[in-house]
Amino acid sequence: MAYPEKFRYSKEHEWVKQEDGKARMGITNYAQDELGDVVYVELPAMGAKVKASDSFITVESVKAASDVFAPVSGKVVEVNRELESHPELVNQSPHERGWMAVLEMANPDELDKLMTAEEYEEYVGEL
Amino acid sequence: MSEYIPHTPEDQRQMLQSIGLRTLEDLFSDIPRTIVDRFEPVGLKPLSELEIKQHLNELASKNVDSTKFISFLGGGIYDHHVPSVVNHLITRSEFFTSYTPYQAEASQGTLTWMFEFQTLVCELTGMDVANASMYDGGSALAEAMLMAHHHTGKTKFLVAKSVHPHFQQITETYAWAADFKLVKIPQNERGQLDLEFIKKHANDKLGGVLVQTPNFFGVIEDLSGIKEMIGNALLCVSAHPLALGVIKSPGEFGADIVVSEGQVLGNAPNFGGPLVGLFACKQAYLRKMPGRISGRTSDHDGNIGYVMTLQTREQHIKRAKATSNICTNQALCALATTIYLATLGKKGFRELAELNVQKAHYLARELQKIPRLSLKWPQSPFFNEFAIQLPKRASSVLKKLRKHGILGGIDLSPNRFKNTFLVAVTEKRTREELDKFVHALQEVLR
Amino acid sequence: MKRAGLTIFDQGAPGRRALRIPGSDVPTEPLNKLIPEGLLRKTEPELPEVSQIELVRHYTALSNKNFGVDTGVYPLGSCTMKYNPRINEETARIPQLALSHPFQGEELSQGNLELIYDLAEILKAIVGLHSITLQPAAGAHGEFVGMLLIKKYFEEHGELDKRKVILLPDSAHGTNPASANIAGFTVVELPSDERGMVNMTALKERLNDTVAGIMLTVPNTLGIFEEDILEIARLVHEVGGFCYLDGANLNSIVGRVRPGDFGIDIVHFNLHKTFSTPHGGGGPGAGPVAVVEKLAPYLPVPAVVKQGDKYLLDDDRPKSIGRLHSYYGNFGILVRAYTYIRSLGDEGMSAVSGNAVLNANYLMNKLKVHYKLPFDRLCKHEFVLSGKDIAEGIHTMDIAKRLIDYGIHPPTVYFPLIVPEALMIEPTETVSKEELDELADAYIQISKEAKENPDLLKTAPHNMTVGRLDDVKAAREPVLRSPKKN
Repeated sequence: MAYPEKFRYSKEHEWVKQEDGKARMGITNYAQDELGDVVYVELPAMGAKVKASDSFITVESVKAASDVFAPVSGKVVEVNRELESHPELVNQSPHERGWMAVLEMANPDELDKLMTAEEYEEYVGEL
Repeated sequence: MSEYIPHTPEDQRQMLQSIGLRTLEDLFSDIPRTIVDRFEPVGLKPLSELEIKQHLNELASKNVDSTKFISFLGGGIYDHHVPSVVNHLITRSEFFTSYTPYQAEASQGTLTWMFEFQTLVCELTGMDVANASMYDGGSALAEAMLMAHHHTGKTKFLVAKSVHPHFQQITETYAWAADFKLVKIPQNERGQLDLEFIKKHANDKLGGVLVQTPNFFGVIEDLSGIKEMIGNALLCVSAHPLALGVIKSPGEFGADIVVSEGQVLGNAPNFGGPLVGLFACKQAYLRKMPGRISGRTSDHDGNIGYVMTLQTREQHIKRAKATSNICTNQALCALATTIYLATLGKKGFRELAELNVQKAHYLARELQKIPRLSLKWPQSPFFNEFAIQLPKRASSVLKKLRKHGILGGIDLSPNRFKNTFLVAVTEKRTREELDKFVHALQEVLR
Repeated sequence: MKRAGLTIFDQGAPGRRALRIPGSDVPTEPLNKLIPEGLLRKTEPELPEVSQIELVRHYTALSNKNFGVDTGVYPLGSCTMKYNPRINEETARIPQLALSHPFQGEELSQGNLELIYDLAEILKAIVGLHSITLQPAAGAHGEFVGMLLIKKYFEEHGELDKRKVILLPDSAHGTNPASANIAGFTVVELPSDERGMVNMTALKERLNDTVAGIMLTVPNTLGIFEEDILEIARLVHEVGGFCYLDGANLNSIVGRVRPGDFGIDIVHFNLHKTFSTPHGGGGPGAGPVAVVEKLAPYLPVPAVVKQGDKYLLDDDRPKSIGRLHSYYGNFGILVRAYTYIRSLGDEGMSAVSGNAVLNANYLMNKLKVHYKLPFDRLCKHEFVLSGKDIAEGIHTMDIAKRLIDYGIHPPTVYFPLIVPEALMIEPTETVSKEELDELADAYIQISKEAKENPDLLKTAPHNMTVGRLDDVKAAREPVLRSPKKN
């Protein structure tokens, strides 16, 4: 699965898609593959304020619970309720229907610290 | 060589040789010598099976044989009849020599009855989901408090003074560990919850309210309205499981978490342990529920089977982030409970609960005919246990009753009530025994 | 006949019953005259309606779907699945013991209290410590008590604000960090070194006066005895911390070495492991906690004490952490453990550890040629193999499931976490040489099958009432009770 060009990526395998001052985010194809079958996603509370690299979502497979970190700072303005009944979307469509939250960015400059698709692809290639 | 170890000296010699060692002691050469040298034995000779039996029987005989007494002891542990099938089935060694069903396909027996147990607990309590057991009713109530904290994030809890005093103490221990604030709900003049007090303390700092029904003193609580009073705080109810055969389930009163001491459902008193804690809650809190859970699934051919599920809640995965540290629970006691409830069945469960009500109320009526004796809370409903008020010190009355071959009940003077004791009546007490109790008490109080 | 998945709720018919409830021999009143209508239950709980024979057959059938120690070899690492002597079951059911009531009073309970007292004395002597509580109902319950004792000690000494940290190795049981956390401590993990032991450099770096204690398992979960244990204890004590021992692995040292002699301040027992009380499908167990003298005042109430020739329950301990169990602990389990220890005596206990360790080393030596053994050294009662790279696409779980086909219970898998694809094997002393040879043959055969016929592993098990069950489905769409009847 290709990593969308317009996204930015973190070392902890989150992706971010910029949407007019907001950041839609989820976990990458690499991350979902490492996790295996996702059985539950514990979504953050609406309105929660998070700082970049705060753990704010938990993704569970049968035998592991993994933290998902905020790729940028901001306020949670939207969460993907569809994941509550269909956690498998994280596996099936990690970069689209498996999105997890939308953050109203506190500091859009933080995006510059993240990797481009090309950089990320290189990064996971070395793991 | 011990009868439990199969090796002959020749076996040992061959095995040691195959790993290049000479003696069993060589296997411990990695332990620092100074530690080994400090060792001292306990000073015990091995005993044969016959000697052990003789020794244990002798020890047991130092207990005054409580089975020879007519017992009215309760206080959380009750002398109910255990149907013969229960012990016969739980002593099938495929059940009792197995462990936690980590390998589902080799543990379908355990996982299936756990699933049944969860269903039964939901049915009794009126809750959506249940786990496969906790250590006992007391620690289950304390865990309910922890769970309420994890759900609400709040650290203040109300606990009723009418909850089993030991359960209160366990809750205090856990609250101290977690740095929670506990406030005690007083009893009103009817022996029930002071609802005004709860109302006064219901604010956004409150994480939960912990109550018991029937309460420790036997009084059935009216829980209506409490959930509405406390808003987002969780209503945690400890309920006597057999009473739920006749009284409204906590679920019908809007309870969020229901726990229970399940000893009464098919387990012997065992001097207070092993017991079995029942734990159930509303669906919304499932992910915060402690303990093992069995869930239904299927194999590739579509055959139905059961596995331990939602394990990511648990300590072996979440480690320091787990909301509870429980690992081993009280499985075999929970199995006894499952079989017990299935044996009683839908009709039998209700009939038995009703029989307990009738016998206890008969005794209460007869006792009240004794001059200067009254019920402590005559206006309040009870299930099979009630407190009586005496003109004398309860301890001396109970002592005299023992001379009549009667264990009359539990002295409540350590629990704030002078000249009062708690009387429990189960289906095992015959009318003749009940009448004997009345006569004996009459005599003692004369 | 394959009758997979049926529960008791799928049996019987309305109106059937398995037990007759006696009629009332006292005059009765209508229920709503005794209990107000508003408090009475209107909807009956949907309990099964089965005949007695249906019930007996159902649970007999369920038992047949279970693997137990009596069924076959059960080398589940860290669980000590040894033979459970039948005499233990019999003594625990002596009516004067089993039917005694916790509120019958000290006077009537002298036998119970004497047994508790004597078992306490014996357990203290086994680990070489000063005082003990038998109240905890399980190992994790004991860990919690141990953590609370440390907490209370520092509270009493005005250091609670400072002593926040519990250290533990990355090979620790999951209950250890969970127990420390619930007691309010912050958990700091120590890495293991190339020997599989605590990394001493990392330990020294983390040690300071914020450390309340360290939780160790000795031998550790790799089955390796911490060779630096005396130094570890010295260093932890030097900064004012306590050394806690998770006694899960006591079976490897019982009757030979005492934790009190290697600097341990607190140890919990798992009577259901070392002392053969049956595991019961996951309890009840018992987790007594023994401590050094300076922690004795904080032990839970009530304690059983001896005054002259009388045994009493002592509630009056103002410094106690309080109560942890509804009554006095899992007394029925204590009776079994006491029976077992008296059967063994000292010579039996050292034979237990000697033969348990012999069995583990014998088996490890046979298997290390065929499986990766990450830490190749003398083990104690258990050892850990890695299923990694055994064959393309084969995981430890596949090996585990294939073992079931050979009539052998799988080992503990995927634990400890520091070994990838871990297989943790603990044969115990009650397994014979012939059984160990068969066990080894099965493992070796499976390692060959993994390469030659991997599907055999991936589709295992093959002869149980169900095939490999779908964990993912169970977790994604949780069905946790039988369907409600309407």
